[in-house]
Amino acid sequence: MPAILPIGLLLVAGALVAVHGFASTRNVANLGLQASILLMLAMPMTLIIMSEGLDLSAGAVLSLCSVVMAEALAGGHGLASALAASVAVGLGFGLANGAMVSLLALPPFVVTLGTLGIAEGAALVVTEGNAVSGLGSGIASLYALDVFGLPFPVLVALATWLLTYVLLHYTRFGTYVFAIGGNRDALVLAGAPAWAYHIAIYAFGGLVSGVAALLLTGRMNAAHPTVAIGMEFDAIAAVVLGGTSFERGDGRLLGTVLGVATITVLRNALDLLGIESSLQVVSIGGLILLVIVIDRLRRSRREQVA
Amino acid sequence: MPNNPVSATAVRSPQHWRHLFAGDGAELALRVALIVLIGSALALASDAFLSTANVLNVLRQASLIFLLAAGLTLVILCGGFDLSVAANLTLSACLAAGVIKSGLSPWLGIATALACGTAAGALNGLAVTLLRLPPFLATYAMLWILQGLAFHYMGGQEIFGFPPAFRALGTGFAFGVPVPVYLMAVVLFVATVFVRSTNVGQEIYAIGANPEAARLSGIPMRRRQMLVYMLSGLMSGIAAVVFLARVNAADSGMGEPLLLPAIAAVLIGGTSLFGGVGSVLGTVLGAIILALVINGMNLLDIRAQWQPLVVGVVLLVAVMVDLVARGRRERIG
Repeated sequence: MPAILPIGLLLVAGALVAVHGFASTRNVANLGLQASILLMLAMPMTLIIMSEGLDLSAGAVLSLCSVVMAEALAGGHGLASALAASVAVGLGFGLANGAMVSLLALPPFVVTLGTLGIAEGAALVVTEGNAVSGLGSGIASLYALDVFGLPFPVLVALATWLLTYVLLHYTRFGTYVFAIGGNRDALVLAGAPAWAYHIAIYAFGGLVSGVAALLLTGRMNAAHPTVAIGMEFDAIAAVVLGGTSFERGDGRLLGTVLGVATITVLRNALDLLGIESSLQVVSIGGLILLVIVIDRLRRSRREQVA
Repeated sequence: MPNNPVSATAVRSPQHWRHLFAGDGAELALRVALIVLIGSALALASDAFLSTANVLNVLRQASLIFLLAAGLTLVILCGGFDLSVAANLTLSACLAAGVIKSGLSPWLGIATALACGTAAGALNGLAVTLLRLPPFLATYAMLWILQGLAFHYMGGQEIFGFPPAFRALGTGFAFGVPVPVYLMAVVLFVATVFVRSTNVGQEIYAIGANPEAARLSGIPMRRRQMLVYMLSGLMSGIAAVVFLARVNAADSGMGEPLLLPAIAAVLIGGTSLFGGVGSVLGTVLGAIILALVINGMNLLDIRAQWQPLVVGVVLLVAVMVDLVARGRRERIG
């Protein structure tokens, strides 16, 4: 059991007791909306980290996708073509990240730091640093849609979880994700096309970012060139909190979901207590540290027993 | 450690001084040629480039990038990484600004910056050595923690207006050369002597080149790793003082645009991401190249919004150059 489960439950219990308004219907709905974009970034991030990778560009690419989508909508294009443009941009960045990591064997954190700069710069250049608004009402009403009693964003996020789960556990792609993290060299020596699947992991991340831009843009009915930069920190934190290891092909999708829930509850409770976002980041850092220390202690105790 | 094979080669020979900068002459010449090339191109494209004021400005900008990149070079030589250097600069500068602005001595402000930088570096070192976290993950989390603390401390405000004596550290001249350039020269000299001709410096190379062999030959890995992260933090603190003195203002976003240039300067300077290969002198040349690129964009009236994009491309190019260089070394070696 990942250490995050009892910590998350404690956190929820604490918020129920100490934070006024935490359990209100409105706030619970709000929690779902806040968690949905983060969940969409964290699902592919889990696969990327399982493959001993990292994607620091995820937040910047999401911002750029949102800008592209908003520019298309503001330019009078339909929602479908705006979504297609956004997905194409996300996919392009994912393919570029994947190609440099897989084909050139470059360290993922430096590659994605470079593409972070490129995505951030591109979004700033396109918008000249300003927010993009005047998108009409189509995307906002899609965001506010209820499907079978579930808000549209929550539905999209759950669909992403389901898709990632199926990809990871029921397809050849998923087998490769585990194997690349476990021992990529052995795959290459065995003549398996590991490189293609390795690219596909990052491409999947880019593609999901392109779709997640729908939620980000819909929520504000506008796009801002740097609004999602830093969201990759929450996504990486959720994966690490969920117990996915950087060192071996070992991952827990459910753990990541618990990590997303914990971070969302933490941020929401601190919001309600009037504690600003900057200190929320510091507390997430502290939470990661706590979980890692607990994990190390438990592992060393297991090793002593064994 | 008299029996240590690494330190046995660590040279107190008659060619001591030549040794300091020897070994990679061709590599360094290539970088100097690149500087000349970019410089000539800029001189052709803009009349303002070759003015004394502008050249000194480039050097001033290069010295800031270098101060940040010098500590990072040590960490990378040792096989680690430090993503928190720029955020560390931000927090150190903001705290120092707060101290000076509250009427205390600028010396106390400088001490605050250096202490804050070193302490954050020590936390990085502990996370890497004690918790055995991958360096990029530990320092990435530290980046956001430091950035968050800086945001909180500043509360969206700026702190500006410092005593002229303090500002001279960033804006002053001595014999016609900006003060930060002297600082760059001192750090270059001290760091080069440290890595090239002390046992500890050679052990840092050894750890980066082959950690397993280094551990087996009795090098105290954890202490050396702690040292490089603390030195990196200290350099962030020094860079914070220079930056604060130059711009005469502190805000919670001041360091962030320096992260990619600092990393790119190290890699363009020929220090390998995989540790054990590189030099501080290379990083100086890398910093000058980055400063030229940024200065050129200003002179050619390219909007500031292009900067993250251009620096991102430069960073990726630098990683590719490292890749090619590594391939060549492996073929030769």
